[in-house]
Amino acid sequence: MTVHLTRGTQPRPGHRRVTALLGRHPVGLALMAPYAAYLLLVFAYPFGFAVWMSFHDYFFAAPGAQVERPFVGLENYRTVLGDPGVRQAFGNILVFLLINVPLTAALALTLAVALNQAIRGRTFLRVAYYVPYVTASVAVVGVWLFLFSSDGLVNTLLGPLAPDPSWLVNETLAMPLIAVFVAWKQLGFFILLYLAALQNVPKELYESAAVDGAGAWQRFRSVTVPAVRPATTLVVIVATVTGANLFTEPYLLTGGGGPNGASTSPVLLMYQRGLEQGAPDVAAAIGVLLVVGVVALSMINRRLLERS
Amino acid sequence: MSTRTLGAPETAPAVEPVARRRTGTLGRVLRAAALTAFALAFLFPFYYMFIGSLQAEPDTSPAGAFPTGGLTLGNYREINAEIHLLRSLVNSGIFTGGVILGTVVFGLLAGYALAQLSFRGRGALFNLVLLVQVVPFQLLLIPLYVLIVRGYGLADSYLGMILPFLINTTAVFVFRQFFLQLPPDLFAAARVDGASELRILWSVALPLVRPALLTVVLLTFIGPWNEFLWPFLITKQTDMQPLAVSLANYLSNVAARAANPYGAVLAGACVLAAPAVALFVAFQKHFTSTNIGSGVKG
Repeated sequence: MTVHLTRGTQPRPGHRRVTALLGRHPVGLALMAPYAAYLLLVFAYPFGFAVWMSFHDYFFAAPGAQVERPFVGLENYRTVLGDPGVRQAFGNILVFLLINVPLTAALALTLAVALNQAIRGRTFLRVAYYVPYVTASVAVVGVWLFLFSSDGLVNTLLGPLAPDPSWLVNETLAMPLIAVFVAWKQLGFFILLYLAALQNVPKELYESAAVDGAGAWQRFRSVTVPAVRPATTLVVIVATVTGANLFTEPYLLTGGGGPNGASTSPVLLMYQRGLEQGAPDVAAAIGVLLVVGVVALSMINRRLLERS
Repeated sequence: MSTRTLGAPETAPAVEPVARRRTGTLGRVLRAAALTAFALAFLFPFYYMFIGSLQAEPDTSPAGAFPTGGLTLGNYREINAEIHLLRSLVNSGIFTGGVILGTVVFGLLAGYALAQLSFRGRGALFNLVLLVQVVPFQLLLIPLYVLIVRGYGLADSYLGMILPFLINTTAVFVFRQFFLQLPPDLFAAARVDGASELRILWSVALPLVRPALLTVVLLTFIGPWNEFLWPFLITKQTDMQPLAVSLANYLSNVAARAANPYGAVLAGACVLAAPAVALFVAFQKHFTSTNIGSGVKG
């Protein structure tokens, strides 16, 4: 076997040049080709196209028609920033993220720690926490509409304490409610991430903390939280990116971002401006601004979280 | 971590005995109570969805959540008359099946190449894969719409629906992670015997990563099956719409006209949720942190 292997790894003279040029297994390039083509076609090219579009006067023309699409500099960005609807949508998504992201990270970590220690009923608990994550948003939106309608179960239970106007038609409450709803929906996935991180926490740390007389809460604060910090960074960034993608919930729960645009999200606005009102260049500019915002937020979060 | 010990860390207690003894009985009872309370809060909307789909009249009183009789399948008939459930389910199935097929075939090839083969540009390609995970889909929405609908004329087609999701990047990571755990000697020996890479992949590698295959299918399934925004943008013909889209359109346009709109919507929601939930419950062992966490972290 060893002899064979040595002979096998020594390139024959004719192959030496190919090896130098393409590596030991040039066939790898062929195996990667479909995926690489997919990445270029569906991600890299549209990405460049979006940025290009946001600097040009782009509009939908009849198929096959040759039309001029002049460079307009920052014109589209001026339109976007001067639009109060856009500013409101970005404000809304900020409110959403401020509620959704900390809530998600805190609940996911707490439940993951508890789940990690629970012995009985672990399968049942895991299934319960993950089920909302594997279910379609459109399906769970149906039951949330039913629960939170003005004469729904939640208001019936609250009786005189029910908010007026009701949850989804209340300008102050609509967006926070959507933030809580999305946290509930996505929590299972983030619990999964934390569970993976918890497997790697050295047990000796808990041992020495226990020897030092640390209680459960102190062990959680001084051992668990610092040990899973890299996972927290990941959770916060993924939750921010997912949250910035918000579309289905405001589109369906609040009838397209209502009341009075109080729950409009930037992606919903991209759909309305770009496809309903036929201004894809403006929509592309909203997209670029949104991505710049998300990247900036992620970098700030990372800085804050990795500072020990 | 070998393929045989997958999921094992989840069943092994993570806290050693000293710490556990200190938690005490009261603490454990409290923790169990809190965990169960949360679990019920997570499950209640699903229970309510199901019960609501069986009630002829919406009953929003607390007692209405626990009806003693009068359950009916009328809501399912109602929603079926409005959106043709079977047709929508078939569309969802083709959309999802196409994505799973593309992900398994091309993702397997890519995962194997990234983990076990050395070729020029592998590092650069892997960096590209990492980069793609950071590009948010919302930025690509408009250009993809322009390209696929206006450029290639793929509106109202399965191909147009599938294309942006054809290969699930998380699945590529999961495959790569599994292949990294296999000893390279295994493949070197097969190569010496003169087997081609495709043959090695098919008869040596594939049987060894069967657990990964199931994880990938589960993981990939929930993407397109639950996806709303993209198929919503590109399908205008109702007979091409996946169930998530036709149900959402019913919800936002038609529901107001129905006798019991909530009942019909909840019936549709149950039909949409059932396959994903059933698959997940049946195979939940494969949906563990070890399987997927490693993939997500790269």
